[in-house]
Amino acid sequence: MLSGRGTTTLLRFLVRRDRIRTPVFGSLLILITCMTTVALANLYNSSDSRQTMAETMVNPAMTAMLGKGYGLENYTIGAMMAHQMLLFTVIAMAIMNILLVARHTRADEEEGRVELIRSLPSGRLANLYATLILAFLTNMVIAILTGLGLYALGIESMNLEGSLLYGAALGAAGFFFATVTSIFAQLSENARGTIGLSFTLLGISYLIRAVGDVSNDALSMVSPLGWILGSEVYVTNKWWPIVITLTFSVLLMIVSCVLYSKRDLGAGLLPTKPGKRNASASLLSPFGLSIRLQRTGLISWAVGMFILGASYGSVLGDLDSFFVENEMFQQLLNPENGHSLTEQFLTMMMSVLAMVSTIPALMSVNKLVGEERKGRVELLLSKKVSRNRLLGSALVLSTIVSFIMLSLTALGLWTAGNLSMENGMDFWNVYSAAIVYLPAVLLIVGFGILIIGLLPRVTIAGWIYLMFSFFVVYLGGLLEFPEWLSGISPFGQIPELLVEKRNYLPVFIVTVLAGLCVVVGFVGYNKRDIQA
Amino acid sequence: MSIIEVKNVTKQFGKFTALDGVDMQVNKGEVYGFIGPNGAGKSTTIRILLGIIKASKGSVQIFGKDAWQEAVSIHERIAYVPGDVNLWPNLTGGEVIDLFTKLRGKVDKGRREELMERFELDPTKKCRTYSKGNRQKVALVSAFASEADLYILDEPTSGLDPLMERVFQECVLEAKDAGKSVLLSSHILSEVERLCDRVGIIRQGKMIESGSMSELRHLTRTNLLVQTKQTMGDLGKIEGVHDLEEKEGAFSFQVDSEKLDGVIRYLSSFGIEKLESAPPNLEDLFMRHYEGDREPMREGEQDA
Repeated sequence: MLSGRGTTTLLRFLVRRDRIRTPVFGSLLILITCMTTVALANLYNSSDSRQTMAETMVNPAMTAMLGKGYGLENYTIGAMMAHQMLLFTVIAMAIMNILLVARHTRADEEEGRVELIRSLPSGRLANLYATLILAFLTNMVIAILTGLGLYALGIESMNLEGSLLYGAALGAAGFFFATVTSIFAQLSENARGTIGLSFTLLGISYLIRAVGDVSNDALSMVSPLGWILGSEVYVTNKWWPIVITLTFSVLLMIVSCVLYSKRDLGAGLLPTKPGKRNASASLLSPFGLSIRLQRTGLISWAVGMFILGASYGSVLGDLDSFFVENEMFQQLLNPENGHSLTEQFLTMMMSVLAMVSTIPALMSVNKLVGEERKGRVELLLSKKVSRNRLLGSALVLSTIVSFIMLSLTALGLWTAGNLSMENGMDFWNVYSAAIVYLPAVLLIVGFGILIIGLLPRVTIAGWIYLMFSFFVVYLGGLLEFPEWLSGISPFGQIPELLVEKRNYLPVFIVTVLAGLCVVVGFVGYNKRDIQA
Repeated sequence: MSIIEVKNVTKQFGKFTALDGVDMQVNKGEVYGFIGPNGAGKSTTIRILLGIIKASKGSVQIFGKDAWQEAVSIHERIAYVPGDVNLWPNLTGGEVIDLFTKLRGKVDKGRREELMERFELDPTKKCRTYSKGNRQKVALVSAFASEADLYILDEPTSGLDPLMERVFQECVLEAKDAGKSVLLSSHILSEVERLCDRVGIIRQGKMIESGSMSELRHLTRTNLLVQTKQTMGDLGKIEGVHDLEEKEGAFSFQVDSEKLDGVIRYLSSFGIEKLESAPPNLEDLFMRHYEGDREPMREGEQDA
């Protein structure tokens, strides 16, 4: 029943399948972690500068975003680095694990590859065992290497125990989400559902922790991300979060093995119902088809963006009173130009929110290449459908998506902000400060179209551009990058409407560039072969 | 009147030459069989016909229009079934059929229902649950439910059971009776033999044989097994005899169909004791081409 015969052979096979992907991810993660640490150590090399930084950390927005600050009375590089990096690195690990497990369990099953393995003299659970062992080993290796890497930097406040705990936190959280995904792989009967449910749980964990950290500590303890942050790496170095996380992982692992052993191959434990016999009229066009295919994802994103906006908005009230009390902050943000500190903080967040809004828009436009690789674009183009119509549908949809995502973010931010603040904000002020980023979002989308038209094999380029933008705009200030670097990102070009003069020239230029990208993309798309 | 006119088409993917000077002509009201081993260039040719990829050289015309430039207006009159039907996992078969027929233009609801019944397709199931054969049924129903003038079918029956294959053959013959043209790429030679008026054989990107079925039939050989009272002379020297083998006093060999008369006369002079013959079929001919036999062929020999 629970036989795992052949697990080791399969495990070696899985390692081989991941021989590029995982090492690349792992090295990048460790590299970025260490580089950021070094950068922080160089920037904040005096205890005065670190204490100043510590002051800025004690506010609800930072708490919501990164978790509660700790060790602030003596803010060392270690405490600073762990507070600012751990949560987001854990999320990256979680995403890697979700994709890894979904890929080797439900995706393989859906494609019929597990059936081939099962027809051989291999144990019923061999594939699941091998996947879970692979996930465990992957996390363990990354954990140890990260720990050793951080220790090897030789920074005073970062001792061996703390460094290993930092690594262990990454590994334990990663493995936890691997086991969570292995459960969802039994519930849903396809890879899409498995990944969707896992990401939803990750998102909920983040939100619960954010709300809990700001308002109620007990609430944070419901979220696995809340546990991990309890480790207070480099300050008190608590190991209980690692123990709890791994204990829960083992329980989840057992449950998923039992569920897997009981169900039929290819079946899911969540029920499915018969579908429609006829298509509704709204489906019957390339545009309608795109909407239909992306509907679930887009609705989730829309809800997510509203919540994200609202979660920032909800802390604005606390922020306002915090700023009033904090003289140092008043000096730092320099309120002389007649704008409230909250407004200034908002503008800083606006560009980040706009970049997050770009993710669903770029996903939407890149879907066309995904469809092409699966041979489905061919099905449409062999009908009375022109390439312009097809690419045009993708462009229109992603433009609408950009607009809706930005709008919902602004709406969420304004709604929650108004509820939490004593003096409400003007809706149009907030809204226009958000929507002014639309051309920047569209430039990324346009760049995506350009890539689809000219270099469909490297759709990753759009993501790299977006990640670069995020890196230079968000971390650029912290790491003191030269200004021209953030100028390459469209998000660095857009005027910060709430605090800056209304200079629309950059907006115009970004719009024109977006248009140019689109035109070149269309020309290329009409000339090239559709991939098999 | 020719519906498809392919002249000297070459297609390169980087340095690899997928098609090398392919010619093909499909006339109105005819079923054209397009055969060749895997990787010979069948699907590449078909994708060029559909304007999905562009020929590196040569001209491709369908209904007298350029297949690349005027793809969209050509597609109004084309129904296409790919060999590997990849559908959207979260749509139902019924929804996909509606989408395809709508995108092609003319919708005939009654015909759709009739075809779904004939192909025994449950349209309420999500595509992710369909087997290969069922996905092909979705593509076939949507193809035959539309009033196309040209059907391009790329190995459409590779996943169908024999009953469904027969339904498919009926549909092709109905289309032919209605004066439509069909380009049928297939590995199932009995199917080609039964349905096609003309056949083209492609290998390694070159058309190595093409002609009507009766023309090709001349190229076929009959298998004979003979035992004679008297010892035969050197049978292998007789014109038209191939692959001679001796089995326990009997001889088995192949005879070119048009040389059969002469060979039988020769054999009977030795007093025939036993004679078994297998009917001439195209399979052996195709096999010879598939395997790349370099024996001289009477026409279309370009593959030396």
